[in-house]
Amino acid sequence: MAKLIAQNVTVSFPLYHGESRSLKKTVFAAASGRLGQDKKHRLVVEALRDVSFSLKTGDRLGFVGSNGAGKTTLLRTMAGIYEPVAGSITIDGAITALLDPGQGMNFDLTGNENIRLRALFSGYPESEITRLQADVAEFAELDQFLDLPVRTYSSGMVVRLGFALATAIKPQILLMDEWILAGDASFMDKARHRLETMVRGADILVLSSHSAEIIMQWCNRVIWMDRGQVRADGTPEEVLAAYLPPEQFAQVKAAADVAV
Amino acid sequence: MNLIVPDHGKAEISRQHSAATSRPPIVIAPSRGWRDGFTLAAADIAETVRLWPLVWTLSFFDIRLRYRGSLLGPFWLTLSTAIMVASIGFLYAKLFHQDVSAYLPFLAISLVLWNFINTITSEGATCLTQSEGMIRSMRMPHSLHAARVVMRNVLVLGHNLIVIVVVFAIFRTTPNISAFSLIPACLLWAVDGFAVCLLLGIFGARFRDIPPIIGSIMQIAFYMTPIMWSPTMLMHRGFAIALVKLNPFFSLLEIVRGPLLNMPLEPEAWTTALAYSAVLLLLTTIAFIRARSRIPYWV
Repeated sequence: MAKLIAQNVTVSFPLYHGESRSLKKTVFAAASGRLGQDKKHRLVVEALRDVSFSLKTGDRLGFVGSNGAGKTTLLRTMAGIYEPVAGSITIDGAITALLDPGQGMNFDLTGNENIRLRALFSGYPESEITRLQADVAEFAELDQFLDLPVRTYSSGMVVRLGFALATAIKPQILLMDEWILAGDASFMDKARHRLETMVRGADILVLSSHSAEIIMQWCNRVIWMDRGQVRADGTPEEVLAAYLPPEQFAQVKAAADVAV
Repeated sequence: MNLIVPDHGKAEISRQHSAATSRPPIVIAPSRGWRDGFTLAAADIAETVRLWPLVWTLSFFDIRLRYRGSLLGPFWLTLSTAIMVASIGFLYAKLFHQDVSAYLPFLAISLVLWNFINTITSEGATCLTQSEGMIRSMRMPHSLHAARVVMRNVLVLGHNLIVIVVVFAIFRTTPNISAFSLIPACLLWAVDGFAVCLLLGIFGARFRDIPPIIGSIMQIAFYMTPIMWSPTMLMHRGFAIALVKLNPFFSLLEIVRGPLLNMPLEPEAWTTALAYSAVLLLLTTIAFIRARSRIPYWV
């Protein structure tokens, strides 16, 4: 059973503004006896403050919030990339994070080579890699493009490759940032279908999006992030009712009801 | 309204290929004290060892990418080293009044080994900043990026070994019995190379002017270290010989070069090399324990 727990997570970014980051400044500061002061006066941006929640199998969580509310930082922290300065993250289950379309792919390597690297990272044996390449090729409809360097792809193709790859690895926990919405309409349908089968496999999905429609359709729990803190946590209807302006919420709700 | 409804009946189908189902939960929290930090740093390195096939493939792709579309491919490495050894060899043998048959094998090994040290330090200083994309998109061990630089340069070294073998064959230089000490020597080089990459990588990520500084230090070290010239040329100058003996690069070069050039085992070079390596490992361990969790914030 998959599990993801965040406990009083605090993340802060040090601001080494321009020059103070360089060795020159540090050495000069030390020489003039200002190192201690420099250290104390180090500016930090508190990206996340005391964030707690717990996800279990079957949860599909959506994050809403304005730009800079800490949604992407929180996703990165949940993926174990940023280690919190206080609090803890517990990850139980294979996790994949779709944070940006590039996803650490090497754009000079071909699609197939990038698939191989990802498969090795996930500990796949050689026999599985070929199967995975076929699976990604079929789903992303990239066929012969997989033998070309990724930098020759259109941005939509990169998104398709990234999405196909991340979901083909069969994560138990999938973290997604909103860029997935960059796909064209027919791909969106396919992506939806793939995610549905994945989530039917009773795993965890975490989605960060500015689109209330997507959140309404895909999630059964929503957290509203505001200036690095959890402002509200509840069902999509509860949270979106508070988050969205009334007339916009009515619109979204009407659209969702029609969809059912 | 929610179209995606959990259906536990189908759960098994999608989980079939999940590679990591049996792994225990990961708990990520700030380390409490040095002991905790050490455990986390050791776990990072253990993870790199587990992901060895990935390290190998990354290094292999790096080399392939560098020479993609070129006729000779990575054998350009071999060719350029061969040309360099040949041209410098005959010129300097004349300048230094040396016998070509003794000087050329010496120069071939020295240049190839120095090339390895030099690229390890310069690429090591950027090993973390260069992997920014990977570091910020998934959780992976940070020491993997250092291991990748070492592995990549071992592959380069492999191509350059051909030059050494050919030069040795031409001048009939044969290593003696003390060549067995090459096994621990290579092991020491691998460990030191990994430590240097990790240490410089951490500093290079935190302080962006480390890479150019390393570049100029290595430039000076090239002339200060017996690479083009052999220490026997300094026999009659006491001061210079002391300078050479304390040079960490010299001791490291000597433990590999000595046995290959049919010289007796040098306990003095070994002691110095081991002492410097111990200091290096200690510094790297401290730096890695302190900086490990901060690396994604720095790159």
